[in-house]
Amino acid sequence: MSESTEHRTPVEIAGLAADDPHLQPAARNPLLVERVIAILFLVGLILVVGFGYCYWVDAAPWTLGATMGGGLFFLGLGLVAWGKYLMPRGPFVEQRHEMASDQETRDAFAAAIVERGGGVIKRRKLLGGLLGGGLGAFGVVAIFPLLRSLGPLPKDTLFHTDWRPGSYLVGIDGRRVQVGDLAVGSIMTVYPEGTEYTDRGQAVDQTVLIRLSNENFVTQKGRESWGPHGYLAYSKLCTHLGCPVGLYEQQLQLLVCPCHQSMFDVTNGAIPNFGPAPRPLPQLPLYVDSAGYLRSQSDYHSAVGPGFWERS
Amino acid sequence: MSDVTTRRAKKAAQGPYGAVGKALGELDDRLGVAKGGRTFLDKVFPDHWSFMLGEIALYSFVVLLVTGVFLTLYYVPSQAIVTYRGSYLPLYGQHVTEAFASSVNLSFAVRAGLLMRQMHHWATDIFVGAIVVHMARVFFTGAFRRPRELNWTIGTTLLILAIVNGFLGYSLPDDLVSGTGIRIAYSIILSVPLVGTYLAFFLFGGNFPGTDIIPRFFILHVLIVPGIIITLVTVHMILLVRQKHTQFPGEGRTEKNVVGAPMFPVFMAKTTGFLFLVAGVIALLGAFAQINPIWQFGPYDASRISYAVQPDWYMGFLDGALRIFPAWSFHSFGYTIPLEVTIPAVIFPGLLFNVIMIWPAIERRFTKDYAEHNLLDRPSNRPKRTAAGVAVLAFVSMLFIASSTDVIANFFHVSLNTVLWAMRVLVLVSPFVAYPLTYRICKEMQGVRGAGKRKTANVVTRTAEGEYVAEPAPAYVDDVADDLEPTEVPRFIDESEAPAPESGVRIIER
Repeated sequence: MSESTEHRTPVEIAGLAADDPHLQPAARNPLLVERVIAILFLVGLILVVGFGYCYWVDAAPWTLGATMGGGLFFLGLGLVAWGKYLMPRGPFVEQRHEMASDQETRDAFAAAIVERGGGVIKRRKLLGGLLGGGLGAFGVVAIFPLLRSLGPLPKDTLFHTDWRPGSYLVGIDGRRVQVGDLAVGSIMTVYPEGTEYTDRGQAVDQTVLIRLSNENFVTQKGRESWGPHGYLAYSKLCTHLGCPVGLYEQQLQLLVCPCHQSMFDVTNGAIPNFGPAPRPLPQLPLYVDSAGYLRSQSDYHSAVGPGFWERS
Repeated sequence: MSDVTTRRAKKAAQGPYGAVGKALGELDDRLGVAKGGRTFLDKVFPDHWSFMLGEIALYSFVVLLVTGVFLTLYYVPSQAIVTYRGSYLPLYGQHVTEAFASSVNLSFAVRAGLLMRQMHHWATDIFVGAIVVHMARVFFTGAFRRPRELNWTIGTTLLILAIVNGFLGYSLPDDLVSGTGIRIAYSIILSVPLVGTYLAFFLFGGNFPGTDIIPRFFILHVLIVPGIIITLVTVHMILLVRQKHTQFPGEGRTEKNVVGAPMFPVFMAKTTGFLFLVAGVIALLGAFAQINPIWQFGPYDASRISYAVQPDWYMGFLDGALRIFPAWSFHSFGYTIPLEVTIPAVIFPGLLFNVIMIWPAIERRFTKDYAEHNLLDRPSNRPKRTAAGVAVLAFVSMLFIASSTDVIANFFHVSLNTVLWAMRVLVLVSPFVAYPLTYRICKEMQGVRGAGKRKTANVVTRTAEGEYVAEPAPAYVDDVADDLEPTEVPRFIDESEAPAPESGVRIIER
């Protein structure tokens, strides 16, 4: 304690002689350093003015950054050098003060809280309890409107898409897909007609249509009629994190997710055979109507996209 | 004449310190600032290069605030669809969100807009990086020990907030890459057991993407999270001033004092200069190093994606974890826990940051060291702590590298499968290699005399008899100050009174 009061007394510490080594600049050649710093400041000044000019004449963006950045850089460099080489090199010392108070002060503090405040509450337990209960209830109740107003409840929206029995498959341009549209080995993204421009259509309903052959293609047992004329449709949402499974490896017949490299075997019900995706991409059952248009038999039979708690 | 005399009289009335002294006097009359202000100006800052890492973080945050305010003047946080009619022709006439259109417009149509946007992005990357390196310094030198545990937890919280706010800001332009990032964030929230779907729906205002997420991210990014960051940074600084800096052991340095340069003018000159340096470097990066060219990515479209999409570097370790974690989804009783997402993206970061946060307590449990520490450790003198830190860094770095499996596979022409398995092995093995290796190196370094001191050259001279004599050259100027006995900060520093050095060369006694 006494140490700290001593060093705060100005009389005590004013007595440093002017030629004290602590007050000398750290530079061996202060004159030279001063000149160098002057040049740094001058360059900085010129660049800062240059920044103003470049801004005024609306020069290319890089010139703005170069002049402003360069200006700040050289001014900063000079200032650091000034502090480091031309100001008193020290070292100087400062005493630390102990953070902890003495026991008496602590006790007095604790007593003020426990005895003065606590005593008041103890005497009026009912009031304290009611006030606490009221505030607590407000806290809890306030959370609900705050949270609840943020968005709708999920309900079963995650389990359904906009694919209906008989939905036409359309491309992003809204054109209905016909049986002759895709060559074998090619791929396109389709939506249920009417959703191709909507957020939901793009985020949830997006489906990748692949033509594997010219004959009906069966990917798994029970899906005998799902792949007419070699057309297969899978949800484009990766079952890992919902990225669009946008890459098609034509020779290996794999759909690849560019986000985390999950790969799905198109010929075998889009079962993942590489990467972190845990489930196959749901397959959309298709049929070809009498006019030759591709349509969906129904919605997906399972929820599309990444995993979540309520998914069975 | 009379003018001069009145001026003189005025000056005399102001006292020996002139107008400044008078103004300070007025302020002191009302607020009593003299004593505390004086103590503040005398505050001693220890000098070590590693203490400026935190300053880089602070000053890049300053740059973030300034450039960020500029950006809010032009950015429109709306997902309403507009037709782009700006100056960037490849996008002309396309239907894009207002967020994307305004981001492109402020890049091309606003003077210095592109520079500000690029500076903002660079400053973020530097901000998070500087926090990490600063934390590594604090960790490896034991600066987090009593009495500074609280400031360590505040710092860790700041790291988390910086990462979160970085991600939020990265999402705002609503371009193809950042939109994919939002989608992944949505799916990660969805993966939380029991409440995930509700959390996701409440945050996004419904199913992905909805039209609320950009405005909500905006208010979080520009007000709420920065508000918390500014508050915590302030508390961080107040605690630092109150508890004073740590320092490395050295001449005249004890647990009870701080040795270094005074706040005014030495430290203030250096640190203000450093602010300019940091801002200058960020501006130069913004000028010459293109970052996040959103007009090339295009607007977000939930059914489009591009190849080699990597997030900003500070999200890399999470992306890597998501890539290499096996597809272990858990189904039971009609419910699903998507462990392939929950573990790497929720449980792992939660665990990691919690361990970092409570590390001071963990270490205390092992060392039983409850004493106050103001003198820093050399990392090699605490081999176990150093080894543990390096092991964690190795683990996280490997996860970071794992976020580029596709790029690595493509670049080295190896199969993705090989890269994936290599990264799985490397991530798991690296901490177990790093720990003993670091431990050994630390132990070796403890035996080296003069380790950590800057080495001086040996000057070899040949005598007339042909004998060679080696003598160490004089110490560096920076090192010499350490040999002086530290002194109290003088009352004022009047440079004019100091005798000018007689020549350019000063001989320093060793």
